[in-house]
Amino acid sequence: MPDALLEASLVSVAYGKVRAVQEVSLRVAPGTVVSVIGANGAGKTTLLCALMGLLPCTGGVRYAGEDVRELTTERRVARGLSLVAERRELFGSMSVHDNLLLGAFHRRRDPATHADLEAVFERFPRLRERHRQQASTLSGGERQMLALGRALMARPRLLMLDEPSLGLAPLIVHEIFRIVRELKDNGVSILLVEQNARAALQIADYGYVLETGAMALEGPARELEHDPRVVETYLGLGGKEDRERRTRGHGGVDRAGS
Amino acid sequence: MSFDIALFLTQDGLTNGAIYALMALALVLVFAVTRVIFVPQGEFLAYGALTLASLEAGKLPGTIWLLLALGILAFLFDLPGLLRQRRARAALQSATWNLAVPLLIAALVYVMATEQTARPVQIALTCALVVPLGPLLYRVAYQPIADAPVLVLLIVSVALHFALSGLGLLLFGAEGVRTAPFSDASFTAGALVVSGQSLWVYACSVVLMALLYLFFDRTLYGKALRATAVNRIGARLSGISTVFAGRASFLLAASIGVFSGVLIAPITTIYYDTGFLVGLKGFVGAIIGGLISYPLAAAGALLVGLLESFASFYASAFKEVIVFTLIIPVLLWLSLRTHHDEEEE
Ligand SMILES: Nc1ncnc2c1ncn2[C@@H]1O[C@H](COP(=O)(O)OP(=O)(O)OP(=O)(O)O)[C@@H](O)[C@H]1O
Ligand SMILES: [Mg+2]
Repeated sequence: MPDALLEASLVSVAYGKVRAVQEVSLRVAPGTVVSVIGANGAGKTTLLCALMGLLPCTGGVRYAGEDVRELTTERRVARGLSLVAERRELFGSMSVHDNLLLGAFHRRRDPATHADLEAVFERFPRLRERHRQQASTLSGGERQMLALGRALMARPRLLMLDEPSLGLAPLIVHEIFRIVRELKDNGVSILLVEQNARAALQIADYGYVLETGAMALEGPARELEHDPRVVETYLGLGGKEDRERRTRGHGGVDRAGS
Repeated sequence: MSFDIALFLTQDGLTNGAIYALMALALVLVFAVTRVIFVPQGEFLAYGALTLASLEAGKLPGTIWLLLALGILAFLFDLPGLLRQRRARAALQSATWNLAVPLLIAALVYVMATEQTARPVQIALTCALVVPLGPLLYRVAYQPIADAPVLVLLIVSVALHFALSGLGLLLFGAEGVRTAPFSDASFTAGALVVSGQSLWVYACSVVLMALLYLFFDRTLYGKALRATAVNRIGARLSGISTVFAGRASFLLAASIGVFSGVLIAPITTIYYDTGFLVGLKGFVGAIIGGLISYPLAAAGALLVGLLESFASFYASAFKEVIVFTLIIPVLLWLSLRTHHDEEEE
């Protein structure tokens, strides 16, 4: 087995006394897409925040052969670990252009940032059109593009995506997944957290199923897709309905898609 | 009241108001980035003025000792982390900024203080002594509790204010100082006599505000500070360190404070405890801006300056009362408005 780029071993996270993630282990091999699927409240976001250093955790987190548990979030970003958060966490009152520029803050002395900005604009022409506009005025799909673009400006080696399809119209979701595939082809490793299990497993090399804070199942994505337990809970009709309900719940009307 | 008197009061009010506006800007900046209501902001002003006065008198300013002590303290605060991480570069950095640089500044001032030096040199030395106190104070007092609730941070600020004004008494004595004006010129326009120093205050404040605007609007560091103020988590995910942002905002606040002290010292007698009242009036201005808006904060502070000036003419015994009473309707209005905002979200 090749050395993992990211390796979490027996990671636990608690909010006060509520234990949201319990002894979860996972690995991401270089150049692969790994998906974590799970229902509402399974602990997916909590896990990613812990891996990123936004939440304190117990257990081991190794990235690129280094124990990163002592490192601050900013240091992890500088080492090539990036997260597109579930809530996007954009700088609402700042321009699209500035949001992107700040994504490359840790590479501020690197003259290549201008070329990278250009590349992001190539990838997301809509962001170029709106580069002077405030981030808070963007539609849901545009926000997701901006969050993704900002993360790319950091030149991540491992990109973690927390429900990139959340609340987006199917067309945009398709676009986002196309970009994920493209990034993988460019050598970026990806840890994808999704409720949209079908799409997430289709794109992934390896998958994990998180249930109430613990890993219930793992395996190569092709096998998971056909695992009866996964099919029944996450790929069946029930899973889809649940997802639709959720999308509405988040007020996910997508102006970009219309 | 005659027109002449009104003009004079306006001029006086604007001069003080400009200084309050600078205080208000620093307060808004520090609060936006770190959530700290920086009660001791005015102390930088007093320390700046008092340090300059010492240098002018050819005396060794007491600020030297404070700078060295704070540097050592900050290094000691860094030490456990450095021992745990065993990173040579981090250790070197900490030793440089907390020990070597303060020592170098202190040595420089020690040598130059008793010499006859030109005014710009004295001002430069004053800045070199007082400005580093900002980031050092952040390191020692706020960085360890950066995630604490606003109220806890406020309590620390109040404690820090008492500590700093006590130290001010110890380091500079109880006597008030007034430094030599930048220029003795005065200009007459009709009945109005404008002193050269007032013009210096106006011009320098405007220039400083313009520089701050450019810094926040054009430079990557300025944008990074704004980003931290807008979305702390987003900033961290973009690789902007909260510690960096905190230190940078305190560096700016200290610079603004010293700058104001140097400007106002020729006009007003500054005592070791003058800073608090000046800072508080800046705070009233900042509150008028809701502690968020820079232009509103500056406008509010100018209003405070004018109000104070006119109040001192009509009822000089009550001028402070009148100024601070102003805050009540503003707070009421703000609390109503904030309530409304929350409902909208
Ligand atoms: N700030 C918090 N304080 C207390 N409990 C929390 C907090 N955030 C999340 N939780 C709890 O932790 C558990 C895991 O939440 P988490 O957000 O990680 O789930 P998730 O898998 O990302 O869900 P979703 O699909 O809805 O995004 C939930 O039971 C949730 O109620
Ligand atoms: Mg989540």
